Amino acid sequence: MSRWWLALGLLVMSWVAHGESGISRSISPDINDQTSLQRGMRLYVNYCLGCHTLTYQRFSRAADDLNIPQVLMEESLIFSPELAFDDPMHNALEIEEAQRWWGSAPPDLTLTAKLRGVDWVYAYLLGFYEDPGRPLGVNNTVYESVAMPNVLEPLQGVQALGCPEGASRVLSTPEKCRELVLVRPGTLKPAEFERAVYDITNFLAYVSEPSRLKAQGVAPKVMIFLFVFGVLAYLLKREYWKDIRKPGVNE
Amino acid sequence: MATPRRGEGQSWLNARFPASRLWREHLANYYVPKNLNVWYVFGSLALLVLVNQIVTGIWLTMSYNPTADGAFASIEYIMRDVEWGWLIRHLHTTGASALFIVMYLHMFRGLLYGSYKAPRELVWILGMTLYLILMAEAFMGYLLPWGQMSYWGAQVITSLFSAIPWVGPDIAQWVRGDYLVSGVTLNRFFALHVIALPLVILVLVVLHIVALHEVGSNNPEGVEIRQHKDDTGKPLDGIPFHPYYTVKDLLGVAIFLFVFCGVVFYFPDGGGLFIEQPNFEPADPLSTPDHIAPVWYFTPFYAILRAANFSLLGLDARFLGVILMAGAIAMLFVLPWLDRSPVRSMRYKGWMSKVMLRLFAISFVGLGVLGVLPSTPGRTYMAQGLTVIYFAYFLLMPFYTRWEAARPVPKRVDR
Amino acid sequence: MADHGINKARRRFLVGATAVVGAVGVVGAAVPFVAAWKPSARARAAGAPVRADISKLRPGQRMTVEWRGRPVWIIRRTPEMIARTQALSPGVLADPDSRQPQQPAYADGELRSLKPEIGVLVGLCTHFGCSPLYRPEPDAAESSSDGWPGGFYCPCHGSRFDLAGRVYVNMPAPTNLEVPPYRFLDDVIIEIGEDGEFS
Repeated sequence: MSRWWLALGLLVMSWVAHGESGISRSISPDINDQTSLQRGMRLYVNYCLGCHTLTYQRFSRAADDLNIPQVLMEESLIFSPELAFDDPMHNALEIEEAQRWWGSAPPDLTLTAKLRGVDWVYAYLLGFYEDPGRPLGVNNTVYESVAMPNVLEPLQGVQALGCPEGASRVLSTPEKCRELVLVRPGTLKPAEFERAVYDITNFLAYVSEPSRLKAQGVAPKVMIFLFVFGVLAYLLKREYWKDIRKPGVNE
Repeated sequence: MATPRRGEGQSWLNARFPASRLWREHLANYYVPKNLNVWYVFGSLALLVLVNQIVTGIWLTMSYNPTADGAFASIEYIMRDVEWGWLIRHLHTTGASALFIVMYLHMFRGLLYGSYKAPRELVWILGMTLYLILMAEAFMGYLLPWGQMSYWGAQVITSLFSAIPWVGPDIAQWVRGDYLVSGVTLNRFFALHVIALPLVILVLVVLHIVALHEVGSNNPEGVEIRQHKDDTGKPLDGIPFHPYYTVKDLLGVAIFLFVFCGVVFYFPDGGGLFIEQPNFEPADPLSTPDHIAPVWYFTPFYAILRAANFSLLGLDARFLGVILMAGAIAMLFVLPWLDRSPVRSMRYKGWMSKVMLRLFAISFVGLGVLGVLPSTPGRTYMAQGLTVIYFAYFLLMPFYTRWEAARPVPKRVDR
Repeated sequence: MADHGINKARRRFLVGATAVVGAVGVVGAAVPFVAAWKPSARARAAGAPVRADISKLRPGQRMTVEWRGRPVWIIRRTPEMIARTQALSPGVLADPDSRQPQQPAYADGELRSLKPEIGVLVGLCTHFGCSPLYRPEPDAAESSSDGWPGGFYCPCHGSRFDLAGRVYVNMPAPTNLEVPPYRFLDDVIIEIGEDGEFS
């Protein structure tokens, strides 16, 4: 009987675990990699924060968690004179102005890594390509009709949709030629750029739940404690239940 | 001055409050069958999780802001700015799911060993009322983070009322206090979630336990231990709850906490089942997320609701779905009178009961999974099939429990 | 219950050990709930040190800045004010040498300040928290027979303080006015709430 239930449970778990996603590459963020997070924060502050706030993230919290000294943070990462070390990561952008420029206000990105997942963020940042049909001249493979310019273009260069290298152009139908091809290089090599995008994504993963670091620190202690408590409880239970197993115990 | 001896203090207290009597009647001299297995630990665990919900809930209330403008931000405030707020919140969110896991196992135990049968009908019905109120409690609590899933989940569920003919739309509007779910709804759900329903739940828990202790626990054999007592009136197959089941439940608590804290510290989102992804975006009344699903513990009933895509007997599909969903819960309430078997435990019931219980478990879990997934025509057919099985388990029970041959039940627990 | 074959010592030990470990667990579980009542990061951000520019503060004047929701006064004492304060006979003051812990260690003594001419005080009477009035000059209106050398006068219950915030004897207020932690970032910028000594 119990084996039967186990089988049912496994079936359900495999069913639930099977998810669908249109994103080809899966990355694993590492919020303990402080170097990556620091690089990610620097890139974010320089390229993204101008439009996208991190309303729930304080500069000071990031300084603590990422091991950035306050002086360094104030000098090189807090640009606006109106923002203090303890303030949330805001910018000077006026919402109304932004709506006039791009048609919609740039969203706050504090929770984006949770909302859309890190794989999506990574694919999105790598997915810009040249599209003359769009007002800003760019489109995105995971966000159709994107309203944002490719702010990382100086680093990445320009991509276009095309046929994969080596594929015969004669045999390939236009539908199949939807691979991203670098047509004009940027200041970073493709591998370096992917690393930079990984760092930004990693930083956003950290920002989406900074308490994860603390949870990771406390968790082993709690688990070890509960294990010890469980062993004691087991010994105690076994000791008392010796009474019950013995015959004639009920007099 | 000599310190008063322990006996004096006790008699002083007992002359004014039945402390020793309560201790004897409900713990030290409360006799419980000695053959209770692991299925019987979930009652204590439900109580433990309920205490967790109350304590963490009180603490969350201290920093939560029940307004449409401030609710979402105050959750992030708790997660980031309040010391240990992340832990308290994750204990609460994980606790909600844990409570339903524990409760479903507790209820399944009842089905397995016939714990709802006479003389325990009231214990069962009080428990079902608790379950119903806890669903309302959980549903209202889910609105409070004011994320997209909170908002649209509440929008859908409050719209269920509008399926009622004639008065439906007015009732739905009355429940929301607005033309759609708004800050007004949030405020009243907050009041109900933190004060009104918890009070009802606590009263029901006390009634559930008092009723249980009046009739005594059932056991996997379905034997009535109080029918065989020794000269002093103690059940021969019974053992005192304390210390035997206190230490056994303590072991259960330790194992439960190990798993529970593992989830709280390592996977608080529960893979998107305990905290759903769209809820990381603030509620927006103008745009619905691509896929709405209630939290996992409601999905079996949600799948039944969606399975009704046809009209029947002059009822439109929407109202039919609501009736089926309400019926699915109502079935549980009348269960004690559907089971006509002479025996309680599945161990002595016939093959038909065993097959039906397995089918029921499959239908419940299957409906739960379908309720999480976006609906497709194929899945709707599957949900309809499983809904039929779900209801067949209950509606055919008066027949198959009488037709099948039950095995004889031993008089005592020791076979 | 038959108690033959029961190892009582082992049983007692296990009960004790489980109880102790369980109690440690309960205390440990209480820690987050107790700590959650501490000022949150938001409260701490709001209570962060404030900076005041005293370049426009003329001798004898007072300015008020808000720190952690309380008024903090900065006064620029003239040489005459300093002289008058130092000339006070110790007998008329309750705590002339600032022995009560109402100020950081660097701001004790007669003038209770880093620089003699700049006084920094929390502007709340130590009696019941009214904000005293600034009466810097010897003034007939407030003076009694023992003379009013200038200072602060609390309108609620009549407590009097000198220009260093020291309370006079026989006043309702029990202690001197509080001096907040502060430091000079340069000649004209004072940071209140931060003194460079890690607390």
